Amino acid sequence: MSDTHAHSVAFVRETTIEQQAPPSSAAGPVAWMRENLFATLPNALLTIASAYVIFLLLSSTLPWILNGIWNTDSLAECREALQGQAAACFSVLTERWNQLLFGFQYPSDQYWRPGLAFVLLFFAAAPVLFFDLPRKLLLFTAVYPFIAYWLIWGGSIFIPIFAALGFVAGYVVFDRFGKQNFALGFFGGVATALVVWYASGFITPALTPEETFLEAVQSRDMGGFMLNMMLGVVCVSLSIPLGIALALGRQSSMPLIKGICVVFIEFVRGVPLITLLFVANVVLAYFLPPGTTFDLILRVIIMITMFASAYIAEVIRGGLAALPKGQYEAADSLGLDYPQAMRLIILPQALKISIPGIVNVAVGLFKDTTLVSVISMFDLVGMIRGPILASTDWNGVYWELFSFAAILFFVVCYGISQYSQWLERRLATDHR
Amino acid sequence: MTALTDPPKESFRIGMLLSDTRYRSLTFQAIALLVLIYCIATLANNLVTNLAAAGLNISFDFLNAPSGYDINQTLIPYTSQSTNLQAAWVGIINTLLVAVLACATATIFGVIAGVLRLSNNWLVRKLMSFYVEIFRNIPVLIWIIIIFTIITAALDSPRAYLGDDPSKQLGLGYFAFTNRGIYVPLPVWGPGSGIVVGVFFASIIGVFAYRRYAKKLLFDTGRLLPMGWPSLVILFVPAIIVYFVMGSPISLDAPDPLANRFNLQGGLQVPAPLIALWFALSIYTGAFIAENVRAGIQAVSKGQTEAAAALGMRPRRIMNLVVLPQALRVIIPPLISQYLNITKNSSLAIAVGYADITATLGGITLNTSGRAIECILLLMLFYLIISLSISAVMNVYNNAIKLKER
Repeated sequence: MSDTHAHSVAFVRETTIEQQAPPSSAAGPVAWMRENLFATLPNALLTIASAYVIFLLLSSTLPWILNGIWNTDSLAECREALQGQAAACFSVLTERWNQLLFGFQYPSDQYWRPGLAFVLLFFAAAPVLFFDLPRKLLLFTAVYPFIAYWLIWGGSIFIPIFAALGFVAGYVVFDRFGKQNFALGFFGGVATALVVWYASGFITPALTPEETFLEAVQSRDMGGFMLNMMLGVVCVSLSIPLGIALALGRQSSMPLIKGICVVFIEFVRGVPLITLLFVANVVLAYFLPPGTTFDLILRVIIMITMFASAYIAEVIRGGLAALPKGQYEAADSLGLDYPQAMRLIILPQALKISIPGIVNVAVGLFKDTTLVSVISMFDLVGMIRGPILASTDWNGVYWELFSFAAILFFVVCYGISQYSQWLERRLATDHR
Repeated sequence: MTALTDPPKESFRIGMLLSDTRYRSLTFQAIALLVLIYCIATLANNLVTNLAAAGLNISFDFLNAPSGYDINQTLIPYTSQSTNLQAAWVGIINTLLVAVLACATATIFGVIAGVLRLSNNWLVRKLMSFYVEIFRNIPVLIWIIIIFTIITAALDSPRAYLGDDPSKQLGLGYFAFTNRGIYVPLPVWGPGSGIVVGVFFASIIGVFAYRRYAKKLLFDTGRLLPMGWPSLVILFVPAIIVYFVMGSPISLDAPDPLANRFNLQGGLQVPAPLIALWFALSIYTGAFIAENVRAGIQAVSKGQTEAAAALGMRPRRIMNLVVLPQALRVIIPPLISQYLNITKNSSLAIAVGYADITATLGGITLNTSGRAIECILLLMLFYLIISLSISAVMNVYNNAIKLKER
């Protein structure tokens, strides 16, 4: 066959022709622009209009930012240095840096403590966020809350130690009895932990020396972006287990439990967070036993956690409802009881579906922590509106401060949402 | 002969309360009930004890007492002599006002941004995702304050508009952008203006009738009447004709730079807090709505568009008749919950001094009367009623548009 072919054709090229670049009208920047920017006449007009908008934005902000001044001590000095030029006085950020981050009452020689707690937060969060890391690191995550508490609040080291001991004792009891009967183990564990904490209330004052290693800092001295971070991290981590419990309660077949959960969730979702913060601020004290005083941060944490857990419960309920009914039936037919079915079959799948929703709630919650400035707590926004803008040095520096706050929140929230998208791709087990 | 007997009835043992699934749920519920009653009783007891210790009682009499403070923006008659209840009504109406305004504009922003995010144009696409990411990821409180600051710090005082200074002419001859708010012209309803308004409302009904007729014609005969321009004609032409026939009964009362030496007079002053709150809420929520709109349009499978194109439909008609009706099914439920969010977020008005219900009842009335529990109870009740009614509307809608599968 090949022989005949060779005879019938005069010339056969033996090497392939080298690949040619496509014509310039079909590839390269010109073609890309033609396709993506100037496809049709209205499209071209739209492109020009958006380019003009971008030009306006950049031309008005860039000189202002680039000519900004970073090293003066007050607005008056800054104005003098600028000599009538329209540019930013970023020196307010450098001069008030510590106040913006830590509030104005945190002892200034102790700033390393929240700083260290913040750095450790990354190490504690890493094994939770990235599954590829060795699972042993989770041990540090478990210890982190106690270290962070001790670092930020200081005072007697026995408070976090006994708090941790309570959890350990509870876990030991749960581990011992939970295998046979989940309910017995669970409630036994809770009871043991409560006993340990109650007992430690008597021991701690006796053990605490006069002079503690870390100086104690009052809750009301916390402020700045640190307060936002604290409220955000604490409330999100507390509200996830609470939200799971509420979601399961709402799915429950027991009418009373279901009723309580529905009423709680619908009530909390129906009112704005501000009203709940008002409750924390002025009303909650009436409902506590006479003589007890919670500090404001604790009250606010309780309220924000309640608020977030209702939203998270709804997200998880969506995840539970999205599971095919066969999963529930399969768990039943394996003879698993309710806690086993939930722990081993249902929740791992439902939580996976709910991750994007939970992250959305977490981002929303972190943004909502700025609302505490309304009840006169000095978080980042409260610091800017209160002590900094009211000071004679910096009265009138709006843009620099609010842009700074906006950028801080943007970095954190955008980072979290990018992580959630990465996680969603990572967990996708369906085949596309 | 064999006698059929029931299996021997198992006698009830106390252990079965935990081990038998028939009784276990009852046990748990009984425990839950006891815990609930205990909690409520403790809280109520604490409340009574604390109130007695503080010499207070629960009473709503303060609502009928004079409020003793002024509100700068009211839509209903109100003076500092009015009751606290009247102040609360002012707040409720202001809340609803800003919520309705913000819902309308947020929808417009959101739909435009959401559709443009799917544009073929790379630059527009990127610009819109920049808008969405920037506004979604920064707290709304910061946006409200920033926009309020822009208005109060960057705009001129009303005085700059006074006098004959040619450099400060009113925008279009009617609008004055000042640091106290925007002055807009106010229509003056002369005699006969009622007829013009009546005709206009009749035209709105006419538009609906026309669209209904066009739809019926389409379904019956397949003929497609034009929709856009006839609607506009029916809407505006009769009212404009009547307006001129009646001899222009509606005139505009524009802010007048020469009427007063100290302040702009005439027209309607839209106060700066309202504008800040309105604009910030709409642009912030608009970013969320844009994402809902984009997701809704993308949820319509590509096959639908292609099938419609295969039937020979034009792109615009494909959008209107095939894609949008299906996308709306996905878009509307999250859209309504965004409206709910706007209503709840409008409580941030307190940060810029706009007199909504949180600022009047939950702010000044609470502080002056000292009735914290009652005020906050009423405040929560108001928001609960609003949210529950919005959810009820949403449920009705969801049931109406549910895919009717056979």
